[in-house]
Amino acid sequence: MARAATSQRKVLNTALAWAVGFLIFFPILWTILTSFKTEAQAIASPPIFLNFDWTLENYAVVQERSNYMRFLWNSIIIAGGSTILGTIIAIPAAWSMAFVPSKRTKDILLWMLSTKMLPAVGVLYPIYLLFIKMGLLDSRAGLVIVLMLINLPIIVWMLYTYFREIPGEILEAARMDGATLKDEILYVLTPMAIPGIASTLLLNFILAWNEAFWTLNLTAANAAPLTAFIASYSSPEGLFYAKLSAASTMAIAPILILGWFSQKQLVRGLTFGAVK
Amino acid sequence: MGRIVLDQVSKSFGEVEVIPPLDLTIEDGEFTVFVGPSGCGKSTLLRLIAGLEDSSGGHIRIDGADATNVPPAKRGLAMVFQSYALYPHMSVRKNIAFPLRMAKLDQVEIDRRVDGAAAVLNLGDYLDRRPGQLSGGQRQRVAIGRAIVREPAAFLFDEPLSNLDAALRVGMRLEISELHKRLQTTMVYVTHDQVEAMTMADKIVVLHAGRVEQVGSPLELYRAPRNTFVAGFIGSPKMNLLEGPEAAKHNARTIGTRPEHIAISETDGEWAGTVGVSEHLGSDTFFHVKCDAFPEPLTVRASGEMTVGYGAKVFLTPDPAHLHRFDEQGLRLE
Repeated sequence: MARAATSQRKVLNTALAWAVGFLIFFPILWTILTSFKTEAQAIASPPIFLNFDWTLENYAVVQERSNYMRFLWNSIIIAGGSTILGTIIAIPAAWSMAFVPSKRTKDILLWMLSTKMLPAVGVLYPIYLLFIKMGLLDSRAGLVIVLMLINLPIIVWMLYTYFREIPGEILEAARMDGATLKDEILYVLTPMAIPGIASTLLLNFILAWNEAFWTLNLTAANAAPLTAFIASYSSPEGLFYAKLSAASTMAIAPILILGWFSQKQLVRGLTFGAVK
Repeated sequence: MGRIVLDQVSKSFGEVEVIPPLDLTIEDGEFTVFVGPSGCGKSTLLRLIAGLEDSSGGHIRIDGADATNVPPAKRGLAMVFQSYALYPHMSVRKNIAFPLRMAKLDQVEIDRRVDGAAAVLNLGDYLDRRPGQLSGGQRQRVAIGRAIVREPAAFLFDEPLSNLDAALRVGMRLEISELHKRLQTTMVYVTHDQVEAMTMADKIVVLHAGRVEQVGSPLELYRAPRNTFVAGFIGSPKMNLLEGPEAAKHNARTIGTRPEHIAISETDGEWAGTVGVSEHLGSDTFFHVKCDAFPEPLTVRASGEMTVGYGAKVFLTPDPAHLHRFDEQGLRLE
């Protein structure tokens, strides 16, 4: 009896998980499907699910109209650069918080996270002015810095939770063995935290890739990444759902593939410390 | 060389004074054991010597040079941790070589020293394994190997055997003693296990609440404990510490007598009592005897041949030559 009930529950849970998963994935699936429709079919009512004339025309038009590779390259540089720069700054910060905590460490961590609660638009004006003054507007360097600053609290938090799992005695042993602070971080802490650092890099790369507020507001033509590429198709010249969908699919494809292959790392990164 | 002098060294964590100002000299080549109950400050004291904690006052001198503000790496000491603290991502060879790599020795010299240490510690077959693939005893040997390759002025051991099972612990105890005899290097060893202290030490430092209760050779401490704390802590089973009119008879607040210094008889003796639990070790038997004169039962050692059942009436007589007397403050009376 009990056994039947458990297996029934299992089936129910699995079905529920699939349903929720499908619900979350549906918008992406719909975007991908729409990208293969003609413009007329894309806005047809009632909507057509699969039974439409599959076409690659939208992709051809998008390819023709914009230089996808340039946007892609900008996205890679901005997301990659901000993530790597952030990690380089965050490793020593997380090291000090995890291994030489002070009375205020917890407060600092919370304070850092609290900056994420401020609506970005609240600092748009000052940052915009700063960017003009410093000549960073529409430059990849400027975006690398801004996105790095925005994601830094998350990077520090994630690394902090990872580092906390590393026994302090091992670092003390390194110190006794004659390691300088640099040696200790480079040869002992970092190699031991590689899985954690990898998940952190990955998650922050995705966050920076998807960031659409600063990338849209601080770029024009030169430094515009894929977010701007998508936005350029939701234009005032009219609704071109199929082309917008094709552009979106092209923009999310690289990150979707990256995410797919690194699912394990991502899940581990997101649940680390939560489950023992 | 490795003479360590602590001069009025103290340590406080915020308001809490863990170690009040303390003087101690550890002679070159000596095997010194810090022993005491948990929380007595023995590990903190070792970490102060290592430089892993900053002292709140006083001076630490190593071979005459003031090391108080010298970082741990520059003190020329090597430490073996309770948790072994091996680098999990490195092979045994790399673990042992790590301090040499940090000292920027050339590869030929590193290999020579690592192979030497591996031979001493029987680790030759394991050099390419990771710490995760080793048993507890092997890991501890790697940790010791990492310490000896540096040829340090002194070794610091922080409860190195407490993660090992009982059988292994006895073996490693002998190995460490053997190592000390061979290297003749100063060793400072922290433990809460007084058996380890008694068997390994040249000099025992008994600590209690951050204070040094007594310093001396194992037998000095055993034969002439300076106070009731040392009397009760050193020796297994514990010394019987007795108060009341029987102690007053000897002009003392407390008298102490070790289990082996009490004669047990079924016919006559000084204190009448009833046998409680008996612990048979084969060679010896420990009887727990409840005497009318004292609230606490006494532990008495008798030959393994002696058989007295539970509840039997017996008489105990302490050996007056080995009776310890203590005053109101718990200090030894001569």
